[in-house]
Amino acid sequence: MKTRGPIIVAFVIGMLMMIQFFTPNPFFLRLYNIVLDWKQVVLGCTFILGTWSLIRYHIKKIQRHQENWQYSYVTLIGLTVTVGAAGIWKTASGPYPWLFNNIQVPMQSTMFSLLAFFVASASYRAFRARTVHATLLLVAGALVMLGRVSIGAYFSGSILGVEISLVEISDWLLNVPNLAAKRGIMIGVGLGMTATAIKIILGIEKTYLGRSD
Amino acid sequence: MNVASDPGVWVAGIFTIAIFSFLYKDNPFYKFAEHLLVGVSAGYYLVQYFFSAAYKKFYVPVFINKDYILIVGGILGIMMFARLFRRSEWVSRYPVAFYVAAWAGYVIPSYIHVRILQQAESTMFNPVGMPLKDLLSACVLFVGVAATLIYFYFSAEHKGGLRVVSKIGITFLMIGFGATFGYNVMGRISLLIGRFQFIFTDWLGLVR
Repeated sequence: MKTRGPIIVAFVIGMLMMIQFFTPNPFFLRLYNIVLDWKQVVLGCTFILGTWSLIRYHIKKIQRHQENWQYSYVTLIGLTVTVGAAGIWKTASGPYPWLFNNIQVPMQSTMFSLLAFFVASASYRAFRARTVHATLLLVAGALVMLGRVSIGAYFSGSILGVEISLVEISDWLLNVPNLAAKRGIMIGVGLGMTATAIKIILGIEKTYLGRSD
Repeated sequence: MNVASDPGVWVAGIFTIAIFSFLYKDNPFYKFAEHLLVGVSAGYYLVQYFFSAAYKKFYVPVFINKDYILIVGGILGIMMFARLFRRSEWVSRYPVAFYVAAWAGYVIPSYIHVRILQQAESTMFNPVGMPLKDLLSACVLFVGVAATLIYFYFSAEHKGGLRVVSKIGITFLMIGFGATFGYNVMGRISLLIGRFQFIFTDWLGLVR
């Protein structure tokens, strides 16, 4: 009941989802759509669980007066106000989209833009042209960066009698060698994920069930 | 100077500066903004997912459209909460198994199709009548994909010819990582430019 039941559920649902791909039968298509709707509901509930976990963490932090506990109030108030705004004024207009547009979006994009500084300083410390491969990585990165800015268009030269600009080199690096590496990784990942999925459906892979008690 | 009069722009501007203040060092303004972002984001996504799941996929079909088959989704969702209690934790394995298996069943045919067969097909090319420049790129792409795959082939020791090919694979991977790095950095830089544009144009009105 505790282990075998979920494995049987996994087998039945997994096979059903797989079979619908190969059959045009409307019954399977309907079943497929129902399973997708169930999945959405389960996902929604996991979000409630996650939020509950976040609330519990911050309440514990406040109760124990852990380091920076005062800021936990900010998180809890932010969460309550956002959910409350959606509950009172609905989501289409009012404070809920205002909070999203004027607090979440600008702060989130500023957070991501901060990474420009940290990536630059980290790469300055980490990138050293010690080996041929490290040099290739460095040169490819530099060429792509230069090719993405306006000044890159002014750099051009002749290779085997063909006039070529830095922007073209940058685009070629992205579209050919980079794509080759990405495609190789993607095929490998695809094979790995397919193998893992088969193991899950057949009940060989059970780690997602957690502890085996 | 044409400073913004919209309070929303002021709030966004002040929090943008608060986040940027981390560049100097960790400080109370940054901590405040960071914690607020966590709270507001959690609230926003909770509402979005709860609304799209519980309301659109459960309440509307079951209580308004009388499509009772979707009750099962609600039961599975409720079973997830058994995770909160140690004694009944195992009950939550059912919705987890359902979710993971639904993903797995979907992945097998679609990933084989999209991530393996289509990728392999796009790597193949017909050299007849191809311009020299495109032919060269297609050859490099083909060699790159094959060499990268061989680099990840661990069933045989990388000796002799296999070692040479896997070295070519590493070369492609390094160029790929470098190009991806450069592209990502430029993405962050354009976000940074966007934030500065917001501060100096939309908020402070210093730049037109």
